[in-house]
This record gives sequence, structure tokens and C-alpha cells, in this order.
Amino acid sequence: MAEIKSIIGTQNKKGQTYTDTWKMMNEAPRTPSFFTGSEVIKEALRRASCDVMIAYPITPQSEAAALIGELFAEGYIGDYFRGESEFAVMSQCAGSAFGGARVFTTTAGPGTMRAMENFPMWAGARLPIQMIVTCRGINSPLSIQPDTLEIAYLLNTGMLVWHAETAQDFFDWILKGYMVSEEPDVHLPLALCCDGFFVTHTKDVVNLTPADMCLPPYDPYRSPVPCMDMECPPVRMMRDPFVMKSNYISYATHASWQQEIWAAVERSRKHSIHWLNGLIDTENTDADIVIVASGTAVSQGREAIRLLEDEGVRCGLVKVKTLRPWPEEEIREATKNAKHIFVPEFNVTGWLAKEIRATVPNHQRVHAGPHVCGGMTMPPEIIVSEIKTALGMKTFSLAGRGS
Amino acid sequence: MSDYRVLPGPEHFLPPAAASMGIRLPNPGEAHINGVITSEEDAYEEAARQFLMAKVPTIFPGPLVLWAWNEKAAKKATAIRHLFNTLKECVQPGQKPMLIPMPDYRPKYPKINPEVEINPNHPNLTIWHNKIDCCIFIGVHCHQANLSLKIIRGGTSCYTIAMCAQAGHEDAMLSFRDASVEKIMRLADTIKRLKGTVQPRLASANNGVSN
Repeated sequence: MAEIKSIIGTQNKKGQTYTDTWKMMNEAPRTPSFFTGSEVIKEALRRASCDVMIAYPITPQSEAAALIGELFAEGYIGDYFRGESEFAVMSQCAGSAFGGARVFTTTAGPGTMRAMENFPMWAGARLPIQMIVTCRGINSPLSIQPDTLEIAYLLNTGMLVWHAETAQDFFDWILKGYMVSEEPDVHLPLALCCDGFFVTHTKDVVNLTPADMCLPPYDPYRSPVPCMDMECPPVRMMRDPFVMKSNYISYATHASWQQEIWAAVERSRKHSIHWLNGLIDTENTDADIVIVASGTAVSQGREAIRLLEDEGVRCGLVKVKTLRPWPEEEIREATKNAKHIFVPEFNVTGWLAKEIRATVPNHQRVHAGPHVCGGMTMPPEIIVSEIKTALGMKTFSLAGRGS
Repeated sequence: MSDYRVLPGPEHFLPPAAASMGIRLPNPGEAHINGVITSEEDAYEEAARQFLMAKVPTIFPGPLVLWAWNEKAAKKATAIRHLFNTLKECVQPGQKPMLIPMPDYRPKYPKINPEVEINPNHPNLTIWHNKIDCCIFIGVHCHQANLSLKIIRGGTSCYTIAMCAQAGHEDAMLSFRDASVEKIMRLADTIKRLKGTVQPRLASANNGVSN
């Protein structure tokens, strides 16, 4: 840490000042800017002191990846290239992180799935890579439209998984995400997810930190595993992997290794609470009805609550910010008064509702819906309709044309 | 706060990671004993007491201090040597302090020599062979230290202490954080101060051997 502290206040080659991250994010002046989510990713990365960015084009993340190419041309990124495929990209990210670089990548949908083998490897190797996932449909027939099913596959990789609602979340969490994932007791990759197009391709007012301030650089010697240097001590952990052996000792070691990854996810809880001001946000959780959601379903839920208030129905809201670490105690506390818990989602399986059902007592309270998927929008009226139906109130079909 | 306590084993066929049981790491200036956050002062006393009670108190220096890869590492190594010499001076006849290095993290096949080294993938072998009943890890990368500490807790009754240069270790029975030359020297001073005040458990057969 002494090395990092000594660099605060000095300038990088672009003239940006390495700034204490807490001050930069919480005390520095902010400038309102009207940007798409993709442009916001670029602006966050401009301030992230990132060493390497690698990506492969896939909608809807391609624009962000291309914009970061401009940053590279301007000299803000140490190295930047397009891999041969998503699998190659994630492997190349691993190589860069093994070598001690701060690494960033972006992917989406089938690209995430294609690269999936790498994610538990990243976590197992304790590589604090940050990956933006701009979620889209993954099944055949292919869809490029928003759908959050791919997040379900990331939940058990050992990565941290956060779900941004807005472009503002995106900007702040990209920068704060490095602070959490690079803590030596955490040191895990972060999948920072958003709902593709709704966030990436929509313009919004985002308050940016000063462009002449940037994060302190990554210090690979704070890693819980040796920075990979095959010739110099303390090194050479990579030879004779125990995975090749078949005996009790190798199994017990591997088991202990897996436990350590999930212990690190648990340790991220403290840091995530510090940087994100809690793992969830709540509104009116004393109400009988509470909507629990993540991503842009939160925004739709908020609007549904406004519509219901017009009809005299009071609802609370829980915005789930981190999926890993999972805010188990926070959700239990926030829903303890609820008679009905509604979980609107942009995917067909309802993975968030399943997580919540496994978390809260009296899980019959959890209504897994409404769901939309395949790129459909979720009008707030269908959340209203779902809630009114459950309460036995009169409602009508939004899709109908007849009387 | 979790009811779980990080205690000497043998705990389980596959003991849980203490973090998964709700044990939290100390903040700067703190330590933990058995998973309960405490002051560093208390932790120095308890660590010294455990060392002076042990039949085979052992220091496990890791790669971060075994190699002079920077000036700080070399100074820490000197401090660890001082800690070991202090321990030797302060124990009573019948106690056998040891210093066994963890030079790297590769699994050793076909068989480790437990008399000369410890390995994070099968640390229990070195504990068992040398009948170590109290040990301290210094200069081991956090990930490998946690692997070791968990496996030792699972299969042995050894009391584990971690002198961690980063955030500490929940999987040890006692852990310091932000280890420095000064902290290592202070532990040595505490052992010296408590010399003769702690009765070693020489009569006990409870010395790291799994049941």
C-alpha cells in the first residue's frame, strides 16, 4: 500500500492525476453529460488506469469495445486488440492478468457463453479482471435483443456478479469495481452486467468525475497468489498441477481451493458494502407488497409503483445491486414485512426469483414474475397487472384488442 | 456475528472455509483469535502463550520472505530468524522449536520430505511427521496460506497462527494483519517477556496428530 499511496498526486503520461479513489468518486466535482451507456463505459475506462483491453465484436457490446479503441489511440490504455474469438479473448485476458496487468473486456450473449470455460479459471487463478456483460438473448433462433439469461450462468463461476440498472451505475461501478475486486482478500474477477440496448444504446444524463483524475494503478504484488513470472522467485506455482493427480491429497487440495474462491466472494461483501453503499437499495419496505428486482427491471418496477400509488396501492422496492456476493441478510430484512414479493425479470427462467425463494422465509410470498424475454420490453403496466391479479383486483390484458 | 469458532481440529473430512461460516477479517489495527475480533495487544499475548505452551512450536516462512526479492523481504527474513532464536532461548527442556520453510507452492510428488519443508497442498504431512502442535505462517501468499490453514484444521489438532502482510486469515486460529518487521519483532519481544510464565504442555500427547 505504501507504494500506491506514494503515487497519489502524481501524473500519468496523459497528464491525469492519480487520485485517491474514495475522494475521486465521492468528493470530486461531477459534470452532467448526456451519453449512451457505451459512451459511459468509454468514459469510465478513460479514468480507470487500465493496462490492457481485449474484446471480440458481438452486439450490443461492440460499440463500447470500438470506443475504447479510440482511448487506446489517444494513449489512455496500455494495450488493446481484438482476439480471435470470445474464448480467445478471455484466455488472453487471463494471460495479461497473470502478468500483473489491470484488464478490461466486454462481451455479450453467445459470446459470454462461448467464453464460459474461462470464468471459473479466472476465479480459481484469482485474477481481478473486469468484464462488462451487456446481456442479450443466447438461444437459437438468435436474438440480439435484451435478455438476462446469461447472468444465470455466471452466478456459479466464482466471479463477483453485479447488475447495473442505469448508465450512472455503470460509470461508478466500473471504477469502484476495480477497488473491490483488487483487494488482496478478494482478488476475483468481476462480471459487471447490464441489460443490453436498454442501457448501452440509450442516452441518459450521467454525472462524470473529472477527466483529469484517474484511479491509482493496479499493484500486482498485493495479489494473494504470485504474479506469474516463471523465472524469478517467489514463483513456479504453475508446474505439476495437482489436477493431473488422482489421490486423496489432490482431491482435498482442490476442494480447499474451491472453498477459498467462495470465501473470497464472501470477503468481497465488506468491500462491496463500503463502495456501493450497501448491496441493495430499498424504498418503502414497510409496505405489504414489495418488488425485488435487478437491472432495468428496477426502473420498470419503480414506475409500476408510481402507477399503483395512483390507485391507492402502496408498494416497496428492493434494488439488488450485487448478485455475487448475494445480499441474503439484506433481502430477508427488507422483505420481512411483505405479504407479497414480486420479482419482475427479463428472462424466461426467473433465476432471480429462484434465488429470492431460497433466501426468504415463507417463500410462498414470492411471485416469480412478470417475466418477459427474447427482447420484449416490460411495460410497467404488466407489473401492475400482475400485482393486482395477485391481490384479487380487477385488471385487463395489455395484449388484448377486444373488449 | 457468527457463532462459529475457528478452533484446533481435527474438524471435519472437509472443514468449511471460516469466511463461509460468517467469520470476518479484522480491520487495520485489529487481529482475531478463534474468529473473534480482538486487539493486536491481546493477539501478541495469546500467540506468545501458545508458542510457549507448545511441544513443537514451529515457524513456516514462505516464499515472500525466503527470497531476497526486495529490501523489505530481506529485513523480514532477518526478523523471522530473530523470532526463531528468541523462541529457542525461551522454551524449556523438552520443547523443540522448528523452522521449516515453504519454499514454493508446487505439489511435491511422489513424496514430500516433511523434515525439510511444508507444502500448501498437503501441509498436514509435515505437521503429522514432526508432531507440530503450534505453528505460524509468515510470508506465504494469502491464497496458499488459506489452503494450508484449512487443511491443517481439517486433519490435525495443531494451533495455527498467521502473520499476514495483507488483510489476515480467518482460517487460522489467530491472525495478525499488515505484517511488518516491527510486528514480527514485537511478537519476539512478547515471547521473551512471557518466558517462564507459561507452563508447557509436555505431558500432553495432543500434538498435531490426527485421530
